[in-house]
Order: sequence, then C-alpha cells, then structure tokens
Amino acid sequence: MACVRFTPHLRRYFDLPLSWEVEGVHTVAALLQQLDERWPGLAFYVSDERGHLRKHVAVWVNGNVVADRAGLTDAVPDDATVDILQALSGG
Amino acid sequence: MATTSDRILMGTRKGLVEARREDGTWRIGEAALPGQPIAYAMRDPRNGSIWASIDHGHWGVKLSRSAKDDGAYEEVDPPKYPEGSDVAAKYYWVLTPGHPDQPGTLWVGTEPGGLFVTRDDGASWELNKPLWDMCVEHKWMGGGRDAAGIHSIVIDPRDANHMYVGISCAGVCETKDGGASWTYANKGLRMDYAPPEEQDKEYGYDPHFVAPAPSDPDVLWQANHCGVYRSKDGSATWDEISDKPYAYFGFPVAPHPTDPLTAWIVPMHSDNNRTTFEGRLFVLRTDDGGATWRQQSAGLPQEGAMDFPYRHSLDVAPDGKTLAFGTTSGNAYVSEDGGESWQVLSNNLPLIYSLRFA
Repeated sequence: MACVRFTPHLRRYFDLPLSWEVEGVHTVAALLQQLDERWPGLAFYVSDERGHLRKHVAVWVNGNVVADRAGLTDAVPDDATVDILQALSGG
Repeated sequence: MATTSDRILMGTRKGLVEARREDGTWRIGEAALPGQPIAYAMRDPRNGSIWASIDHGHWGVKLSRSAKDDGAYEEVDPPKYPEGSDVAAKYYWVLTPGHPDQPGTLWVGTEPGGLFVTRDDGASWELNKPLWDMCVEHKWMGGGRDAAGIHSIVIDPRDANHMYVGISCAGVCETKDGGASWTYANKGLRMDYAPPEEQDKEYGYDPHFVAPAPSDPDVLWQANHCGVYRSKDGSATWDEISDKPYAYFGFPVAPHPTDPLTAWIVPMHSDNNRTTFEGRLFVLRTDDGGATWRQQSAGLPQEGAMDFPYRHSLDVAPDGKTLAFGTTSGNAYVSEDGGESWQVLSNNLPLIYSLRFA
C-alpha cells in the first residue's frame, strides 16, 4: 500500500486529504490514473494531455524525483511514499 | 445582453478584475479568481456569460466560466490537442464568441498554433485540422511566445463561414467555408526580421493584433511587428499606414465602432526597446484611415513612464467615446471623450494581460 501526499496548493481545486493510500499500482502513471478516478480531472492538473508531467510539477517516490517525466514509468513499490508537489517558481 | 460602455473586465496576473462606472464614477471591485493569472477574459454578449482563460504556473492552462455572470466560476473542460499530435496546450491566448447565428459556438486561439471550436457551449472541443496542418507543414515560428500562437479571431458579421485569424508568426489566414480550408492573406505586409531571401514568402509575418471595423466588415486594422496596416478589401491587400517614428511599433489596435476611418493605437519606441517614447505615455488616433495620426496624452503620465499595453489590453466601448487600456505595470486608464483626455482607473493592479469592455 503506497501513501500519497499532496501539496496543499492542489486543495484549492480538489477536495483532497493530507494523504491518501493507494493499492495495486506499480507505476507513477497507474497511480495518477487511480487518483484521477477518485478525483476526476486531477491527472490533468499534474500532467498534460500527452500524459507528461507538467513542467513545474514535481513527483517524488521515496524521496527520489521521478526520472521518466514523459512516460511516468517509474516504479512505485508497495510501501512507497509518493509526494505530489509544485516546483518553486514565480512571484 | 449587449456590451456596455460602463463595465470593463481585466485579465491580470493575479485575478480577473472588474471596473464599473456608476453615477459617472469608475470603481474597481474585488478580483474574481483571485491569485490566478488570467490570460484573457471576456463577456459573451449572446448569453451574458463570462469566460476566462487561466494560465496556472504549475497546473497548466484552463478555462473558467461564470455562466450566469454572478461571480461564481466553474472550470470548463478545456481544448486539448488530439492524441498523436504530440503537443500540449501551452496557452489559451484569445476567446472569441461565435457568430450570433451560432449560439453555443466559441473559438479559442492557442499556443502552439491551434484554433479550437466548441459548438456545444464548451462541452466538447475540436481542433481545426486544416489550419493545424498548415502550422505543422510550414513550421510556423513563435512571436511573443515560444511557439506560434493564434491571438486574433475575426468573424464576419455577414457570414459565419467567413473568418480571419491572426497568427504570430504566420500572418493572417482567411477562410470562406467555416474553416474547411484556409488561405494566407498577407499581401502588402513586411517581415524585416526574416532573411532577405525569405521576406516575400506567403507566410512568416507577425501581426500583433488584427481587428475589424464593426461598421464595415471589409475594413481590417492590423498592428504588426513591422508597422501599422489597414485593409479595405477584406484582407486581399494591406496598406501600410505607419508614420514613423510614432505610428509604427505597438501591440493593440482598437477600431471605432461606427466610423471605419477611425482607430486608436498605443505606440512603443521600437522593437528593440519596447518602452514609451521619452517616458511619455500616449495614444495615437487616426480619423482618416491612417493617413494622419495625432497624439492624445492629456491625463497620461508624460515623464518616467515605461509601461505599455499588450495586444488585448486596449478597447473602445460601443459608444465610441469610452476607451480604456491597461499596462504591463498594472496601470489602467480610461477616457470618456474618445481619447482626448484620460483618467486613472488604477495604478495598483498586477500586470494586465487583457482589458475588454463587457
């Protein structure tokens, strides 16, 4: 069971808890899909219509920034902690 | 539902700001969509709904709508590039209500190089494939933004199938069959920035903004990267109406609602500087189709000003007398006498991306 933690900035658009547990997903892509089923539209905030992570979004798995930002094939181990954050930018 | 001369919508870097004239006094209200960068905002005069294009720094570009114009906004599932095109929407640059005979139709110009249409009031969107094919085949380049984009959409009030779009950088494209086919309409324009061998090509031009004269649909005005232009024949040919140094480089142009010979521009020093002339902010008005221009500066700062309006940030109201523009430094000005004199709407707004009467 992986634990997902969300940036509070996303709570402006979706009714998200501080963290959420997901089961049966093995990649970041599958995880995003499952989250999108629970909160329709969420995946389109985190990734674009090609499925690529948006430029200023950072997803971490067990403390490592995901490497495959286009395919989201990075593995999500059963006990992983996944952080969905926004990169720092702007003013 | 008609557009009034008493209400202004401003898309700013920190929200959708509204100004209203009540009892002769302009007041600015609290921002809708606070904190959100609003690339463009307009009111659809056919049904009174307010549309806003949002450019989230992190979460991508979105569309939001207040269907009842009651201050409550809901997100509309926005246009997306089709699978296989391998691009994603970077910017919804302009939103244009469809022809009055086509309720539920709305056009969106996007970066990269897309023209999208909804025919069901935003429930679904379709990319105009013939125009997109031209973007890909002719490798339109960016101008003002990283990739090519569509910032001007003009619909002929006499014929819903007759449209023009302004593209940076490609130029003007015209369709007479509702978008099934498009032709370049750039005869008379220049592109001094291109290699000499390329300068007489059919496309590659940089219209900063293209706007029709509402009282004569065959008259089009264009603020271009290389001068000011006007067409009297529905874009078949463009006449340069520049008058250097002032009437040359700028982004917006606002045609008079009832007089096809009158329009306003806000000039900038040059492509290189992109500031005012000698720190003076002024508007240029022509009443003879661009043969002559005169400065209108009363009430505008005449020293120390460096800001200017972007392409969607100058507008004239239906009364032909009320004008307003908003600048890159968040200053907004309004005139109630056709530009002869100006008053400050605000000196304290964020960067203004768009300003439209509503």
